[in-house]
Amino acid sequence: MSRTLAFLTATRGGARLHWSDWASYSYLFLGVFLMFFPVIWLVLSSFKTEADLQRYPPTFLPYQQQTIILEGHADPLPLFQITGGEHEGKILAQLRRVGLRAQMVDPADPETRLTIDIADRAPVERFTLATENYTDLFGRFNFLLYFWNSTFITVSATLIMLLTNSMAAFALSKYHFRGRTAVLLLVIGTLMIPQTVVLVPLFLIVTELGMFNSLWGVIIPGAATPTGVFLLRQYMLTIPDEILDAARMDKASEWKIYWRIILPLSAPAIAVLAILAIMWRWNDFLWPLIVLTQSENFTLQLALNSFQGELQTQWSSLLAMTVLTLLPIALVFMFLQKYIATGIASTGGK
Amino acid sequence: MAAIELRGVRKAYGQAEVIKGIDLSIAHGEFCVFVGPSGCGKSTLLRMISGLEGITEGDIAIGGEVVNDIPAADRGLAMVFQSYALYPHMTVRQNLSFGLENIQTPRAEIATKVGEVARMLQIDMLLDRRPKDLSGGQRQRVAIGRAVVREPRGFLFDEPLSNLDAELRVDMRGEIAALHRRLGNTMIYVTHDQVEAMTMADKIAVLRLGKLEQFGAPLDLYNRPANLFVAGFIGSPKMNFLSGQVDADDRARLRLETGEVLAIPQAGFAQRSGANVTLGIRPNHLHAADAGPVKVAVRAVEQLGGESYVYGQTASGTAITLHSPGQTGIDLGDVIHVDAPTDEMHLFDTDTGLSLRMD
Repeated sequence: MSRTLAFLTATRGGARLHWSDWASYSYLFLGVFLMFFPVIWLVLSSFKTEADLQRYPPTFLPYQQQTIILEGHADPLPLFQITGGEHEGKILAQLRRVGLRAQMVDPADPETRLTIDIADRAPVERFTLATENYTDLFGRFNFLLYFWNSTFITVSATLIMLLTNSMAAFALSKYHFRGRTAVLLLVIGTLMIPQTVVLVPLFLIVTELGMFNSLWGVIIPGAATPTGVFLLRQYMLTIPDEILDAARMDKASEWKIYWRIILPLSAPAIAVLAILAIMWRWNDFLWPLIVLTQSENFTLQLALNSFQGELQTQWSSLLAMTVLTLLPIALVFMFLQKYIATGIASTGGK
Repeated sequence: MAAIELRGVRKAYGQAEVIKGIDLSIAHGEFCVFVGPSGCGKSTLLRMISGLEGITEGDIAIGGEVVNDIPAADRGLAMVFQSYALYPHMTVRQNLSFGLENIQTPRAEIATKVGEVARMLQIDMLLDRRPKDLSGGQRQRVAIGRAVVREPRGFLFDEPLSNLDAELRVDMRGEIAALHRRLGNTMIYVTHDQVEAMTMADKIAVLRLGKLEQFGAPLDLYNRPANLFVAGFIGSPKMNFLSGQVDADDRARLRLETGEVLAIPQAGFAQRSGANVTLGIRPNHLHAADAGPVKVAVRAVEQLGGESYVYGQTASGTAITLHSPGQTGIDLGDVIHVDAPTDEMHLFDTDTGLSLRMD
């Protein structure tokens, strides 16, 4: 803890702050602000009511107008602070508003109706989290179904991808066969073709195979990625051939060499690829949008999109769902980021 | 039985031929060392025997059965690699049992065998460590243990001691020799160090540029080298070579490049009068003598107490090494005369490099 603190408050040294300290810290704070402000803004906004979201100028924290329940009135009445006129300083509940005047009552004396100019009152507001944005997701919208769809696609696509990519990488790094370089170039070459170019042919294939509107239609086409093959191959090249020879002398089959020797030894690279794959699949939008048209197959990203209607957008639910969609990936990243750093260092460095 | 026989074995990578036809037969239970300078193809030859490398031409037979098309795993051989090639992610115990698991050995039997081998190699207290936590010598023992535990017909060692420090190397040399005596299996051992070859081998195969130069017992190679290369490679320090011409009238006289004349053996060698020959004399057979026929200017003297080495050169610049037991009175800068008994001399044809010895 003290080491973290010492790291975070490191300076160039000397009694006073050097100008470069000022420069680095302002730069770092700017970075922190640019990175974190949108996220914090999103999280805070997700706790605002629909009305609060529409307010101009916007507030940073979620506020709600205080209400009071009075006998003889079915609905809770909004409270106002009176800022002028004869009732200045009192807190009154508004019954209704007519034009520029409002009918109000004093909660202490609910029988007397008072007429107040609307310019003389200000709403009584308090910091309140609108948790109904979140509870609604589970009640009114089928959040859990979308969450399951996204999770299923992410997990199975990642597993299939790791399996196929590591097998391809094994072959391309450890077997010498005619045309190996050509195959590798072909794999790397596909990196240069943008996804949008192959979108239509891919869609036709998926439809022909009967995977349209099925989760497998999203999972299978992304199973082999050139990036993954290349990343793993580069790492596997660093595993000495003698270890494989030793395993062959130990009567291990080629499959066993892959499973018991190559895979465990490539664990750092596989961890990196796994994290990348999880992020790609989870955040994928375009391809699921094309393949999945029925709402029971929607992923979270598609469900988010469907909140945004042509005529009306329900921002409160949209924001709450965005936060929930971000959470798993943020957690994955938080727990596995050290593997990304070490993995990328060891795949690139050696 | 695991006699290993090579018949006309060749290996080529495209145009480049690295093994140029080798015939060799190693009897069951023999400790055979392949020795040669780096790049001579000895490791390739070993990998060809193991089955990890294919052969281009010829036959390899183990125990009388041609194994050209039998994969490495089924040849019944075990190999110890130069880099040890231990599985880094497995403990020593897992390293030792991996091979046994692959041949579906029952769990209890694996435990017994691993325990036995670990005790034999004194690695039983290391069984739960990983290779990275072991010293070089310990890793070497584990690598040997991994080969031993499968009870193979034969062992192949690929320069197993080259990564160890000098002291450990001497110890391990003794242990491998002891292991061979205890197990009695055929072993093939590759090294570039002729001392290892001399001390451990029953038979030595000297290789150069993909060719077998000589194959025989260590002392045979030392006493009766077949050519200049073997004569120079086996024995430390190196044999002295003096080139000259056999006297036209007397087959027993050699005229050196420097004009000096010395007596050479008349019997046992097939030198013709007037032929260009190279005379080989081991440093320990040369001695300083006032009436010696060859003059040597001393360039360096090494006194080791129990023995001493004198380095010098002849008038024509040929390097000469003298080895004598005890301490020497010769000093740096002296000019001495040396002589050698004729029955310790070796004669080679200067042009072909072959020994002129008649058998």
